[in-house]
Amino acid sequence: MYKNIVEWLENRTGIETAIKNFLYEDIPASSGWHQVIGSMAVFFFIIQVFTGGLLAFNYAPTPGEAYNSVKYIMTELTGGSLIRGLHHWGASMMLIIVVLHMLQVFLYGAYKKPREATWMMGVVLLLVTLAFGLTGYLLPWDNRAYWGTVVTTQIAGQAPIAGQYLTRLLGGEGSVGNVTFSRFYALHTVLLPPLTMILIGIHIFLVRKHGVTPAVGDDKPRRKFFPEQVFKDTVGVAFAFIILFLMAVFAHVPLGRLADPTDTNFIPRPEWYFLFLFQTLKFFKGPLEAIGSVVLPGVAVLTLFLIPFIDRGPLVRLGKRTFAFAFAGLALIAWTGLTTAAIMTTPKTTEADETAPGAESLQAWQTLSPNELQGLGYFRSQNCKACHPGAGKTGIGPDLTKMIPAHRDAAWMIPHFKNPAQVVPGSSMPPVQLDDAGLNALSAFVLKLTPQNEQGLLAAPDFAVQGATLYQTKHCDACHQIQGVGKKVGPPLDNIGAHRDRTWLEKHFVDPRSMSPGSMMPPYKFTPPEMDAICKYLLQLPKAGG
Amino acid sequence: MTAIGAALAAPAAVYLLFPPKVRKEGQWVDAADLTALPTGKPEEISFQRTRVDGWKVTSEKATAWVLKKSDSDVVAFAPQCTHLGCAYHWDDPSHTFICPCHTSAFSIDGKVLSGPAPRPLDRYEVKVDGSRLQIGPMEPHV
Repeated sequence: MYKNIVEWLENRTGIETAIKNFLYEDIPASSGWHQVIGSMAVFFFIIQVFTGGLLAFNYAPTPGEAYNSVKYIMTELTGGSLIRGLHHWGASMMLIIVVLHMLQVFLYGAYKKPREATWMMGVVLLLVTLAFGLTGYLLPWDNRAYWGTVVTTQIAGQAPIAGQYLTRLLGGEGSVGNVTFSRFYALHTVLLPPLTMILIGIHIFLVRKHGVTPAVGDDKPRRKFFPEQVFKDTVGVAFAFIILFLMAVFAHVPLGRLADPTDTNFIPRPEWYFLFLFQTLKFFKGPLEAIGSVVLPGVAVLTLFLIPFIDRGPLVRLGKRTFAFAFAGLALIAWTGLTTAAIMTTPKTTEADETAPGAESLQAWQTLSPNELQGLGYFRSQNCKACHPGAGKTGIGPDLTKMIPAHRDAAWMIPHFKNPAQVVPGSSMPPVQLDDAGLNALSAFVLKLTPQNEQGLLAAPDFAVQGATLYQTKHCDACHQIQGVGKKVGPPLDNIGAHRDRTWLEKHFVDPRSMSPGSMMPPYKFTPPEMDAICKYLLQLPKAGG
Repeated sequence: MTAIGAALAAPAAVYLLFPPKVRKEGQWVDAADLTALPTGKPEEISFQRTRVDGWKVTSEKATAWVLKKSDSDVVAFAPQCTHLGCAYHWDDPSHTFICPCHTSAFSIDGKVLSGPAPRPLDRYEVKVDGSRLQIGPMEPHV
């Protein structure tokens, strides 16, 4: 049966012959471990395509949404952080492997006639790998991604003549935003992967056309690719994969704060493999900057590309390639030196990792104080939204997220609430009928609104608003603290959900001393909906400083 | 090779097939004023509720067909036909809920009278708080 199927397949497609041709390629007797790296590079490309596809299943390719979806992948999907880990570390490892592969080919002189085109195709593949790294870096849309890309597009802009066009092409004119994001995403997922597949295809075709480079003086009978070299390749691949998997499991990939173009404290740094370029830039000041950012890298790439034509001598033994070793050694020393210098001069980041194990994945309302949440309750009950629709729209009243700085002040806002027409002549806003505490809470909430958080804050669940309002009206802050606000007579309530549950809280409200002997807290009688709201609210309070 | 395949396929499978960790959301919403609803006749009400949609929590309009039997006995039906999810409506002359897609008909208490619907209308959990109607999550199917 099996034999019949194989025969049918072979007859109709020739696949068996194709596989045999592939496996039984003639290779020199001197082939060995040093030639497994190319297979490893192909394998890592496959890993990147696979994990990248999986990430794309849960990724929203627009700024802002992108960040939330990456956070969702990291914190809410089973295996999500592992998949992202594989993709993130896989990218770094792929680059290392590609460079090692080139280094091996370079040291062995395998780029020499007739294999010049194979080498040049390899250089193009190195550039493509770097382009993957550069474009992928932006996609999580956190501060690191955003600011790193700002620097990248600025550097592209320094290129002589082509600079401004390059910046425009990358959508970086003015600022990095939607356009740059979409272009980087398109490059990373639509353009580069098929291009890489074609280039790898050509590269492998050329390798097969000219055969694997034999060592000098290798006149032993040739061997077949299968089984010995296939086994070695497999071992190499498995070894690299184990390292990658361990990295993905144990080395957490950080996700910083949402990209914030107004954050003046963030110190941008590129991914580690671009750090040497970043450091090189520091040596060139003013008009000379383009030398470090464009000319030198350009010359380096061109040199790399033309190596087969610069070194045209006959193939010699590895031990006699002193110049090649010296060249590679110097490049390695320069790279290490520059990268180390860049790392040494990088100040320790204070950027918190939003997805680190234990880090709360906060919903927008959890960033509000009880007072501000109570304000949100008034915002709803006073139907402020009817005239201030938000979401960038202007209704009868202005967009509250874009108030002028002079109005971003409770001292201006509260008199305005009390008598709008007096503070803003001609205003058709009716006076807000609330007591001073209510007006205070409402202004505290409105002051908190920004275009970024507006939607999230307005979507705060009712229990949070009701719970916080109860917390305020029952003056719980006379004894308790939340986020450092309130008195310290009783224990602070931050993150209380970590060590108390619903039943405990309910019993505690009804009869505090039965749960905490010696407690001074008076019993509270809540209606069932009130009890429901305050318990839910308290149990979802984040950690202090969260 | 098989081991590598498994090491990639297993995380991929759980990543795609396991449901996301449930986010705690306020499931109950204040939906309607009971005094404004007629007794004994279903009324379609709309209200705002928050829904977790992937990485986004959205506040969206939701509707329900509410039948007030008395001031304390209220039923809220989810507004989709249990056959293929079309929106049904109350047909007063025939005193039935009728689905326009495949003509399923349901009685006033949601039972299937005719058509391809496989089960009675789905219901939301409800709470009556004074004169306010609160609507909660969907009741599990019977």
